Amino acid sequence: MSEIDPETARKVAHLARIRVADEDLPRLAGELSGILTFMEQLNEVDVEGVEPMVSVTPMRLKRRADGVTDGGMPGKVLSNAPDAREGFFAVPKVVE
Amino acid sequence: MTALNSLTISDARDGLRRGDFTAVELTEACLAAIEGAGALNAFVHHTPEIARARAAAADGRLRAGEAPAMCGIPIGIKDLFCTEGVASQAASRILQGFRPEYESTVSGLLAKAGAVMLGKLNMDEFAMGSSNETSVYGPVVNPWRVDDRALTPGGSSGGSAAAVAADLCLGATGTDTGGSIRQPAAFTGTVGLKPTYGRCSRWGIVAFASSLDQAGPMTRTVRDTAIMLGAMAGHDPKDSTSADLPVPDFEAMLTGDIRGKRIGIPAEYRMDGMPDEIEALWQQGADWLRAAGAEIVEISLPHTKYALPAYYVIAPAEASSNLARYDGVRYGHRARLAQGDGIVDMYEKTRAEGFGAEVQRRVMIGTYVLSAGFYDAYYNRARKVRTLIKRDFEQAFEAGIDAILTPATPSAAFGLGEKADADPVEMYLNDVFTVTVNLAGLPGIAVPAGLDGRGLPLGLQLIGRPWREGELMCVADVLEQAAGFVSKPSKWW
Repeated sequence: MSEIDPETARKVAHLARIRVADEDLPRLAGELSGILTFMEQLNEVDVEGVEPMVSVTPMRLKRRADGVTDGGMPGKVLSNAPDAREGFFAVPKVVE
Repeated sequence: MTALNSLTISDARDGLRRGDFTAVELTEACLAAIEGAGALNAFVHHTPEIARARAAAADGRLRAGEAPAMCGIPIGIKDLFCTEGVASQAASRILQGFRPEYESTVSGLLAKAGAVMLGKLNMDEFAMGSSNETSVYGPVVNPWRVDDRALTPGGSSGGSAAAVAADLCLGATGTDTGGSIRQPAAFTGTVGLKPTYGRCSRWGIVAFASSLDQAGPMTRTVRDTAIMLGAMAGHDPKDSTSADLPVPDFEAMLTGDIRGKRIGIPAEYRMDGMPDEIEALWQQGADWLRAAGAEIVEISLPHTKYALPAYYVIAPAEASSNLARYDGVRYGHRARLAQGDGIVDMYEKTRAEGFGAEVQRRVMIGTYVLSAGFYDAYYNRARKVRTLIKRDFEQAFEAGIDAILTPATPSAAFGLGEKADADPVEMYLNDVFTVTVNLAGLPGIAVPAGLDGRGLPLGLQLIGRPWREGELMCVADVLEQAAGFVSKPSKWW
């Protein structure tokens, strides 16, 4: 059910925002197909009526007041940015 | 006298409190050992200034008589933990140059307890790997060797395991998503514990698969693991999945008494093609526990076989989401752009340059299993199988089983590069005995139990009930005493 062809591999790579050269697509498709074939063992399991796991520990997540707990440190937030200007993260043009 | 850097944490603690030596002396011994161990490639970022300052502060606390157990104990921190002002790059090119402005909760708790950070430890990139070969820093070399081959220390916490085995530090932090603490511990003759999911805060640890990731200690003895876990564990309001439960005195729970405990031996862990030595060691482990007064019970965990494929759906799915943040905008590497490149080009080029091959594969597998049309067939099905795997364990515990004994790994350490041309799935098989524990959120510990025919360490794994790390370590301590594993790698580096 899940033979991945080079064209599907190209789509997946784009969805994942990872550039893959055309000549590498067949190899990638082969690797992904191998991994998916391995996963197909899961089809042998009877999962009728089984709930998919959401949380491994049955616990109610703690709640807290919806308030500001931190902030006011733009210098620290930007300190690791590859390109920061005038208090902002700088990126290439987004809108033409 | 034993070299200071070879001491256990418990002996070092006692010696520090008696004033036999100082934290500064202990730290200098470790720094010298690290200096001479470049060939192992275990420490990848060195922080001797921080270490010396913390050691001096620890000596002050020791003199004042108010030193917690980890005070003055030199440790290494896996590169996955964010450490304030110190490079933290998850062994990835994409986080090159990243120096966090904050400290992970676990490394912060250790620092508060007085532990001395010596530096950051090598690992597989984003903790994805079982041999340390996916690291941007190059692989760690196992201090154990039996011929001229360089062996893997395992992964992903391979730097932590190698550093502890080679006496570069007294303990190290690791993280375990599918076996990343227990498999390297087994490959290096050390002890490694993955606590119950939620026992240690995940805040400030670079996320791989959030529903599976858990930090834990890696040490030379079970007692040391108990001491170190005590300093790492506890509720953290910054991690909504961290449990608001009291942290017991784990060390005090090592009573040596396991009489009447019921130890399960799961039939499904007897794999086809398992080496005879592993099978024999497993049997020996059961015999040791029986001799100590435990009852050995054959049990069944029928969905074991499906743990690995379920894991390799769930973990990559979560990783593809978690790793979406590495986009070249806020931190780390950004690709050099060509004239006219837009923001999508920036994302795609940055991620292609920044992520290694295995990380790219897993992100893409995760993207695929989460994509429209495949979500139910793969991701939801895997989460249902996960429910069944957890139910297997629950039924065993409800039937009165206290702990489960299994092999830790399907083999001893293998040679670096030996699986380079193999199918990625073959590498995944390393986790066959350990992933079930992550899927079920349980505590698991690897204990060195013997040597194989060539003289390489082999480990056994004990799996416990949720939140019962103390009881689990009590059994592990008895197993460790019975095995009497004292072998050390002979120094070649």
